[in-house]
Amino acid sequence: MTQRRSEPPPRLRVDQLTKRYAATVLDQVSIDFRGGEIHALLGANGAGKSTLCKIIAGLATPTDGTMSIDGEPYAPADKAAAETQGVQIVQQELNLIPTLSVAENLYLRDLPRRLLWIDRRKLHARAITALARMDLNEIAPETLAGELGIGNQQLVEIAAALDRDSRVLILDEPTAALAPAEVSRLFQHLRRLRQSGIAILYISHRLDEIMAIADRVSVLRDGRWIATEPISELDQDRMIRLMTGDESRTVRQAHTCHRQPRLGLRVQNLTRQPALNRISFEVAAGERLGIAGLVGSGRTELLRAIFGADLADNGEVFVAGDSVARRFVSPQQAVRRGVAMITEDRKANGLLLERSIRDNTTLGELRRFAGRGWRVLAGAEASATRQQVMDLEIQCRDIEQPAGELSGGNQQKVAISKWLLGRTARPPREPHRSYRVYLFDEPTRGIDVGARQRIYQLFESLASEGAALVIVSSDLDELMLTCDSIGVLSAGHWVRRFERDQFDRAQIMAACFQGPRRPRELTG
Amino acid sequence: MSGAIDPGPEVTPASDMTTDRRWRRTLASVYQYGGLLVVLTLLCVLFGSLSDRFLTARTLTSIANQIPDLTLVAVGMTLVLVVGGIDLSVGSMLALGSAVLGVLMAGQGWSFWTAAPLALATCALAGLINGLISVGAGIPSFIVTLGMLEIARGLAFLLTESKTMYIGSSIEFLGAPLGGLPLSPAFLLSLAVVLAGEFVLSQTVFGRYCVAIGTNREAVRMSGIDPRPTAVAVFVISGLLCGLGGLVQASRLSSADPNAAVGLELSAIAAAVIGGTSLMGGRGNVINTWLGVLIIAVLQTGLAQVGASDPIKRVITGTVIVVAVLVDAWRRKRWGR
Repeated sequence: MTQRRSEPPPRLRVDQLTKRYAATVLDQVSIDFRGGEIHALLGANGAGKSTLCKIIAGLATPTDGTMSIDGEPYAPADKAAAETQGVQIVQQELNLIPTLSVAENLYLRDLPRRLLWIDRRKLHARAITALARMDLNEIAPETLAGELGIGNQQLVEIAAALDRDSRVLILDEPTAALAPAEVSRLFQHLRRLRQSGIAILYISHRLDEIMAIADRVSVLRDGRWIATEPISELDQDRMIRLMTGDESRTVRQAHTCHRQPRLGLRVQNLTRQPALNRISFEVAAGERLGIAGLVGSGRTELLRAIFGADLADNGEVFVAGDSVARRFVSPQQAVRRGVAMITEDRKANGLLLERSIRDNTTLGELRRFAGRGWRVLAGAEASATRQQVMDLEIQCRDIEQPAGELSGGNQQKVAISKWLLGRTARPPREPHRSYRVYLFDEPTRGIDVGARQRIYQLFESLASEGAALVIVSSDLDELMLTCDSIGVLSAGHWVRRFERDQFDRAQIMAACFQGPRRPRELTG
Repeated sequence: MSGAIDPGPEVTPASDMTTDRRWRRTLASVYQYGGLLVVLTLLCVLFGSLSDRFLTARTLTSIANQIPDLTLVAVGMTLVLVVGGIDLSVGSMLALGSAVLGVLMAGQGWSFWTAAPLALATCALAGLINGLISVGAGIPSFIVTLGMLEIARGLAFLLTESKTMYIGSSIEFLGAPLGGLPLSPAFLLSLAVVLAGEFVLSQTVFGRYCVAIGTNREAVRMSGIDPRPTAVAVFVISGLLCGLGGLVQASRLSSADPNAAVGLELSAIAAAVIGGTSLMGGRGNVINTWLGVLIIAVLQTGLAQVGASDPIKRVITGTVIVVAVLVDAWRRKRWGR
């Protein structure tokens, strides 16, 4: 921690800041942010950067610890309170209302009024000043926000934040949607802003950008503060080592490889702009391929495009046993060819939360439980469901319990169970359908250790039965533990593939941060 | 039932399980239908004590013979609501069906048995259009069926040249009491449709898909099931049942009236909602909808008999609808599910 000398207090100080939900996501973090500096926050997925920013911006309250601004205690009750004290945040998701004009968006909470009407002249005059401050002279204040490109929307949001008196400005991945030219323009503004004495907190996964713009860098890992160093002391390798830790945590657990010589799944040049660019890889039957990558690198998009949930622009998918490579245009088609997908967001598209475990488990294969007519054979259905509940050790009252009442881990098991019926149930009609490819998207997010172990076992047994598994996870340790190989996505590109004997945390992490080649406009 | 399936070794003590399950099932059905039956009985007792004409065979038969058209339409509405849609065009489709029947029978001299299939097909087609546009183009069914409400009504007026077409006795058999029984074929038909609807919704793959689609359409899609054919089929069924309703109504009036069943969509929605169907989709029960129809019919007839004016009848019916939904929501919160 920085020494307290007789200098003026830092613009923003966070002291022993801690946040616990079920787990501790931020653990006694103390950092000083100085006025007039651009301070980058760096860390892998789940390191605690977002939580820290949310607390500073008043979007979350700390479990423990204090903050101060210019030496005075600072404990915002909500975002509005933070803003009145000069702390602004520009979040990754854009908050502009697309159907309102730029000017209206800028002053939404405080529209200049004449009696009951909006004073357009005053509004537009103010907006022009605010936009000019960011050099956005080409944007007319009456333009609808939705008509602007994403990059300009981002800049307008920053202009909005700066228009309120700012002492601290938090930018969360501001360049994620920007083209290189816009990035360099943003950087010019940030350098100018820095001179006005604002403390700028800058979050980015792009190490080259951080090298170009930041004055100091703080690194978090697993919710803990690791280091704060001036940029002159750092290079990209050192940043990655700080993020991943020096100890090579290679959990050398017994790992049986079930990889077979024959192909399981081949993906060729799969493209869906802008998330995926010509992704190609192969998975052998019985192989477990992990997909690593930062948030926004296109991991979920890749699985969805393979599964036909989103239409790819280009490229092909070849499933073993199929005669031709194709691009699936619907999940239905993928399922018919033996591809199963366990989705990341159980609430949105994985489960029928209001319906019973039985309804959820048998949904995909309901037709097989229909006897000669249309009628679903309740007995067959119930016994198949009970079999799954036993196999996966789903803890529940009975199979009629609504899925939404279960814990996260058990919900996930139910979501998985619908793809496992082909393995165990002996349906009265239709031949046994088992899946040749399983796509898992964050299969262990938010679930307890026991359920996690059960799911790892399931990976193993599916692989031993010859299925090809593609597993997306933010938890690199998990991938290194369970997978035969790991492919890395960065900014929508396939970067590199590591075989199990090459697994190395730092190297994989470095690949995650590699990103696509960018023009060298940044260092202007 | 489970003959084809090996239950496996894990089944817990069989006898305990089955009695327990049977008991629970009985409780569940008491819980499911009990509330509405109590309301229905209370209403009958109330009107019986207020008017000595109410609890007579004549009144009850007359109620039974008045409700078949609403029943048929409400069954279709329940299915549509379960998949998360709504069908505002039911009244107009009913009028269109009966107009087709009237033109063919009164104008062209067709027999009932040749005219009826064409009337049904017309309504099924209207339903198909509703379904294809709302599901295929992803336009809210509220809007699409609102359009169909106008279109079908307009067509009914065009076909009949805005006149009530007298068909005559050749069609009255549907609505007339069957020999020996006080009940009409129309009533029996509607009862059969209720039972079939409940069977389809609760026991078949199609019905389970309906419920799943209404609960979470995207989850259904991601399970590898195309939700669209099921959703379209539901609108076709609704149209078809409106056609049946049109036949029934024409037979009761002995004529085809292009003005028939104005506002019927609201009664059908009310019946479904009183029966606990969710307007958000995913929950509905056809038998409960039928109990909802009975409650509405008993209210209407009973209030008329005790001399309530039409405005008063409307105020009371409206109140009952809102109270029924409030009670249902409260029950659900209290006991879960």
